[in-house]
Amino acid sequence: MNIFVLMKRTFDTEEKIIIENGRIDEEGAEFIVNPYDEYALEEAIVLKEAHGGEITVVTVGEEEAEKELRTALAMGADKAVLLNMEDMDEAIDHYTIGEVLTAYFKDQEADIILGGNVAVDDGAGQVASRLAEGLQMNQVTTITKLDIEGTKVTIERDVEGDVEIVETSLPLLVTCQQGLNDPRYPSLPGIMKAKKKPLETIDFDDLDLDEEEIAAKTTTTDRFLPPEKGAGKILEGSTESQAQQLVELLKSEAKVI
Amino acid sequence: MARKILVLGETKENELRNVSFEAIAAAHKAAEGGEVVGVLFGEGAASHAEAMIQHGADRVIVSEMDELKQYTTDAYMQAMEQVCEEEQAEGLVIGHTSSGKDLAPRLSRKLSSGLITDCVEIEGEGTNAQYIRPVYSGKAFEKIKMEDGFLFITIRPNNIPALEADSSRSGNIDTKTFTISNLRTIIKEVVKKSTGGIDLAEANIIVAGGRGVKSAEGFKPLEELAGVLGAAIGASRGACDADYCDYALQIGQTGKVVTPDLYIAAGISGAIQHLAGMSNSKVIVAINKDPEAPIFEVADYGIVGDLFDVIPALTEEFKKVTAS
Repeated sequence: MNIFVLMKRTFDTEEKIIIENGRIDEEGAEFIVNPYDEYALEEAIVLKEAHGGEITVVTVGEEEAEKELRTALAMGADKAVLLNMEDMDEAIDHYTIGEVLTAYFKDQEADIILGGNVAVDDGAGQVASRLAEGLQMNQVTTITKLDIEGTKVTIERDVEGDVEIVETSLPLLVTCQQGLNDPRYPSLPGIMKAKKKPLETIDFDDLDLDEEEIAAKTTTTDRFLPPEKGAGKILEGSTESQAQQLVELLKSEAKVI
Repeated sequence: MARKILVLGETKENELRNVSFEAIAAAHKAAEGGEVVGVLFGEGAASHAEAMIQHGADRVIVSEMDELKQYTTDAYMQAMEQVCEEEQAEGLVIGHTSSGKDLAPRLSRKLSSGLITDCVEIEGEGTNAQYIRPVYSGKAFEKIKMEDGFLFITIRPNNIPALEADSSRSGNIDTKTFTISNLRTIIKEVVKKSTGGIDLAEANIIVAGGRGVKSAEGFKPLEELAGVLGAAIGASRGACDADYCDYALQIGQTGKVVTPDLYIAAGISGAIQHLAGMSNSKVIVAINKDPEAPIFEVADYGIVGDLFDVIPALTEEFKKVTAS
């Protein structure tokens, strides 16, 4: 089985967010494999264990993403591909990334492509479905269970808390939701082996894309923190008195009831 | 410059979802006086079209084809592509719901357009409009502008106010059929886990429990309070992981993202994963034994105490208010 995983290097959202002049300050911040992509990687490894084949993890980014690609290799991917955007002069958005991935995947003959259902940094949830459309590939999003027999695929997906059971077939692109599996940690031997596994860099210029045609169609003009909330009121007194105060405040001050 | 904007409405359990009305309001901002055309698929679509008109749609395109009875990517893609083509629309607004999230990016690629997902606010109008959306798990916001071309956004439920219904409005309701073929995914079954009643994503008031409720039984007092308030019940991941309730109730980065007017968090410590799902609620009340719990940092009102004492006391107080 020819298995691919889409991976994004993301800012760890547990970090404190500092914004200066409309930009997120990434100085000294921690970067991680997007947690949802870890579900995709884990599922890819489970698929390989059951069906054999090869796992390629693919990211779009710049050289620094090699660190997260190595983490993916240490977890169990066989090879890694960095689609390096350094040479792209135009602005980049999800439209651009979708086109770059489509250009790369056109020659890959993937049986299955797995991605996270969303990246925790920008939370846009666009790229995987854009790629599926680019490849005219079948898609099933927010999956929580995956069974493959031959080319027949049975999936459970999370639909706002309800479970939808669907039947479909390979080739297929899926996006992974929490509950699908428990991603493994890279083992020490895994980390050692990862250093020798192939990590290929493909420069944007080699992808036969027209920069202007795939330039961003959206522009972020500002980033800002939510308005600082004044310290909340901690209510004092007996339980009955606290309850009375709260109901009164919700009525007359917050005006929500 | 006036432009024609489509709104794909959505029904759930044969009710039109509120987000459909909110999407119409959003579309009017983007249309700058242009036509706002509702689109509604599935069983009973025609019967809900009138409500879309009352809330601001100028006319509505409906289809009750069997293939569109339930949302599937392939069927909705084909139908929406045909609607966009026939209407020569200049934009599309969809709810940032389960089906909206599945459809929008794919359709956007098909239409060679940009897409701004999960918008919570619109600043300005028409082609100058800027769209505000949360990033970094709700810890920050970004403001985005769409370059020239097709305007495509999804909006988070419960954030952009709907227009007042006006029963004197009228408009055409056109029934269409589409060419739909090659459906690659078949829905075998939908297992309902949600409790029915009030939809969490669209609820005005939510009472949520965490590990502090200690058991499935422990949700009872919360349910009583929710009953008095007409609220929906939610839960933290901790409560779901501990099997006190179903994952359908989970609020957080991996559960539902909610923005009610009032969020009452009982026995929830306030892990980042939970805060990502609720920190943008308008008013937050935290009830927790631990005065150091991070939930108090986002709370407008806090009570340090045992939820099993505080919640019943609150229920009694709210009863007095709602009775008067």
